[in-house]
Amino acid sequence: MTNTTAATQVPFVGYLHLNAGDPYLVAHECRACHARFFDRRNLCANCSGAEFDEVRVATHGTLRSFSIVAFAGPGVEVPFVAALVDCEGTTVRGNLINCDPTPDAVHLGMAVRLATYSLGSDKNGVEAINYGFEPDVSKETR
Amino acid sequence: MSASEEVWVLGINMTKFGKHPDLDAVDLASNAAIAALADGGVTMADIGVVASGNLLGNGAASGQNILKQIGQTGVPIYNVSNACATGATALRTVVMAIRAGETDMGLAIGVEKLSGVGLLGPGGQGNADAPWEAKGRYGAVGGIDGRLGTQAMPGVFAQVGMEYLHTYGQTDVSVFARISEKNHSHSTLNPLAAYNKAMTYDQIVNDVMISYPNTRPMCSANCDGAAAAVLVSGSKLKTMSLEQRRRAVKISASVLTSDPYQEACQVLPDVNTLTRNAAKIAYEKSGIGPQDLDLVELHDCFATAELVHYDNLMLCAEGDAVAFFESGAPWRDGSTPVNVSGGLQSKGHPISATGIANVWEICHHLRGEAGARQIEGAKVGLAHVIGLGSACGVHVLEKSSV
Repeated sequence: MTNTTAATQVPFVGYLHLNAGDPYLVAHECRACHARFFDRRNLCANCSGAEFDEVRVATHGTLRSFSIVAFAGPGVEVPFVAALVDCEGTTVRGNLINCDPTPDAVHLGMAVRLATYSLGSDKNGVEAINYGFEPDVSKETR
Repeated sequence: MSASEEVWVLGINMTKFGKHPDLDAVDLASNAAIAALADGGVTMADIGVVASGNLLGNGAASGQNILKQIGQTGVPIYNVSNACATGATALRTVVMAIRAGETDMGLAIGVEKLSGVGLLGPGGQGNADAPWEAKGRYGAVGGIDGRLGTQAMPGVFAQVGMEYLHTYGQTDVSVFARISEKNHSHSTLNPLAAYNKAMTYDQIVNDVMISYPNTRPMCSANCDGAAAAVLVSGSKLKTMSLEQRRRAVKISASVLTSDPYQEACQVLPDVNTLTRNAAKIAYEKSGIGPQDLDLVELHDCFATAELVHYDNLMLCAEGDAVAFFESGAPWRDGSTPVNVSGGLQSKGHPISATGIANVWEICHHLRGEAGARQIEGAKVGLAHVIGLGSACGVHVLEKSSV
């Protein structure tokens, strides 16, 4: 990735680090109890601890739950697969991408990995990059 | 329940759920309140406290505005808001006031105008031409619904049910539509339900897909409705007529919980832990166990939600919710009838009314007044609601021994 493109790309959320094409998610981890959060924190919801460390979240995981959303609010493209992914003990929400949004293609417990895609550019030429999870073909047993 | 004072339902009413184009929320609430007072044989002059809930009226259906139509007695009014647990919260507010000795009689009201409101949750992604600028607690540069999974209720609760299947190694999603088939079947006996039509499994799964596996009839029905209850202290009830004491229903437990921290609870709302906590407290306080329940009204806002609450309310062993359903237990002729009213999927879900209407349903059976859908000999029942965010209300109710 060149400096020119990097300057015009922004991650869709603050906890996505694009890392020059090797993206990962970061969580705020409570220093006292190790509970992890993706949002801006006041205190830890588990123990009210005030100190947090930024930690990398595993970039692969298993599909803990999903729904194939066929009906949504204005501007939301459907169908899409809303997913809950267990990334080695840290649960992350996101869309399942690069996968048919059909019950035949999506299975509870399937192996997935972090992936990114473009949401397009705004009028200032800034491109937003979002994350999702895609089937992890390297983990397929057949 | 504290040893100091018992609290009873003296009078209770729900309006017909459905479309009421000619009645505003104040009319609906007034109708339910007037009928609940008449049912209890009392008037507004007897009421020492009011708790009232309405979420979508922007204050237009406040307790004050309702009392302006039925009796401005100057009593304290608590306007409460707790998502889908708002009605149960109003009820519990009155319970607490009576138990605290502030008054010996109170009125709880819940009302909603929800016909035609459509999908509840986010309002879409907003302005598509807005620049990508980080905002909010996640630093998102645009609307997150549909980009970080779903914010809309049908998909959130679909994931709740699918997670349960995953956790307990189940793969057959057909159980959800069959739960819906049960509730739609039950509703045919409930003249106050928004929908009274039986639906076959095939009709349900082939209906409009909303959020897999939830099709339209597997989602709670948006409709208008109100419910109200007059609660009375045990000592006051003792001074009342034989007929009032005979029809009064004891509140053996009134519990409200919020969601305690659990891993992932800020990623997908955890509707399980707080329900299990509320149920445990309710069973302890009432001395009643799940096996003693003659009927249960639980919060089936989606078919995928009903399944998990069989387990959360401990109607079955942990992990056995699918087997519990397969056994026929929650059908009206089963061992633990669940949602004989038709549930939220068929009776309807005018949000703030729901947590009182489900208590009305239980009372109706305990009083032996439920007509064609009467669960014969019902003595004990449980009413449960969940408001996402989350709040859980559980009420255990017992028939009078008079």
